[in-house]
Amino acid sequence: MSDDHDHHHHDHDDHDHQHPMSDTALRVKALESLLVEKGLVDPAALDELIDVYETRIGPRNGARIVARAWTDPAFRKALLDNGAEAARTLGYEGRQGEDMKVLENTPELHNMVVCTLCSCYPWPVLGLPPTWYKSAPYRARAVSDPRGVLDEFGVTLDSEVKIKVWDSTAEMRYLVLPMQPTGTENWSAEQLEDLVTRDSMIGTGIARTPGEAAA
Amino acid sequence: MNGGHDLGGMHGLGPIDPPKDEPLFHETWEARAFALTLAAGSRGHWNIDRSRFARESMEPGEYLRTSYYEHWLHGLEVLLEENGLIEAGEIEARMRDQTPGEFTGFADDRVLPADKVAITLGRGGSARMDGVSAARFKVGDSVKTININPPTHTRLPRYARAKTGVVELDHGGFVFPDVAATTGKKQCERLYTVRFTAAELWGEDCEHPDDVILLDMFDPYLKAA
Repeated sequence: MSDDHDHHHHDHDDHDHQHPMSDTALRVKALESLLVEKGLVDPAALDELIDVYETRIGPRNGARIVARAWTDPAFRKALLDNGAEAARTLGYEGRQGEDMKVLENTPELHNMVVCTLCSCYPWPVLGLPPTWYKSAPYRARAVSDPRGVLDEFGVTLDSEVKIKVWDSTAEMRYLVLPMQPTGTENWSAEQLEDLVTRDSMIGTGIARTPGEAAA
Repeated sequence: MNGGHDLGGMHGLGPIDPPKDEPLFHETWEARAFALTLAAGSRGHWNIDRSRFARESMEPGEYLRTSYYEHWLHGLEVLLEENGLIEAGEIEARMRDQTPGEFTGFADDRVLPADKVAITLGRGGSARMDGVSAARFKVGDSVKTININPPTHTRLPRYARAKTGVVELDHGGFVFPDVAATTGKKQCERLYTVRFTAAELWGEDCEHPDDVILLDMFDPYLKAA
């Protein structure tokens, strides 16, 4: 379903610059000019803050952690014992991931993460959350209709599979360790990284199969 | 507070319709609002709990009608005004005259400089605290959440009030948001993850009564069950 709409989303975004500036855009611009003029923020720091999350901190970090866990049993154990500490050993740490628990998906158990009250999300390993994660429909229904939500993401679980939905109501952050796709037992961590999607680490997806990755 | 942000279980909001791919920021102003919030926040006038409270204070209808970074913008304006960093009407005046706003130097030593951004983000700021009092509950204990409806910030959502669950994890001591948001004080409380069945939260006749929902609950939210 989302495939069909994908193109339109891009079209829309590409054309945004042709519209006159919205009131909100004007408002943000006015606020920025005020804070810069007052010397309360460093204008260069604003660009740097954006650049960090646009180019350096994103779901590739989490994919590296997952692929390592799939290929290194000692790391997997450390990761499940203390997620933040294990992520730190790979260089991923800091804001919105200071304390982090990793949730292991198994054939019997599917974990999925939400923040019904705001948008809590493990930034150092997944970057900033996608719009749908912060949106009212996901926040409303992830806790009351998780199987319906998964269906919208194209994930169908057997009715025997247990579901655990983690509502991040405090400063613990949650990262899902998805199941390793079958047929990838001899793959290297580098190869496996490409199978680990952002959504599989939120629990609204599963890792890609070798066939999907090749397509 | 029982605000527009407390969304768990709400109906009628439509499909999630996740796009296959999307830019990190949909418009330039979103990126600027994001960066302004982090840069202003790093000055230390307010804590994360106070900033969440500021976003939640948006009128509920407006909260539901507006986008995520509009919530952030609203919160930032509230916090800046509360702390005397901007005055009421100043933004509107600037929107009218559209002065570019020239940077002539840092106002004080609370400014996050560009060359400290990466290291500051990497360091973060854990809400974990030492000196928590002895645990009242252990993993496996039955607990019941209290029923509170404060007009101020809380992390006990409406859908999980007065519900019985089981302690799943004990995380140790953390800053208690309900107090931090209103007083700025760091009160240490033990944080647990508590698991609830869908049947307990949504009723025995819900479609999948055995599904499990877990919430991070601070000790003051819980009593023995």
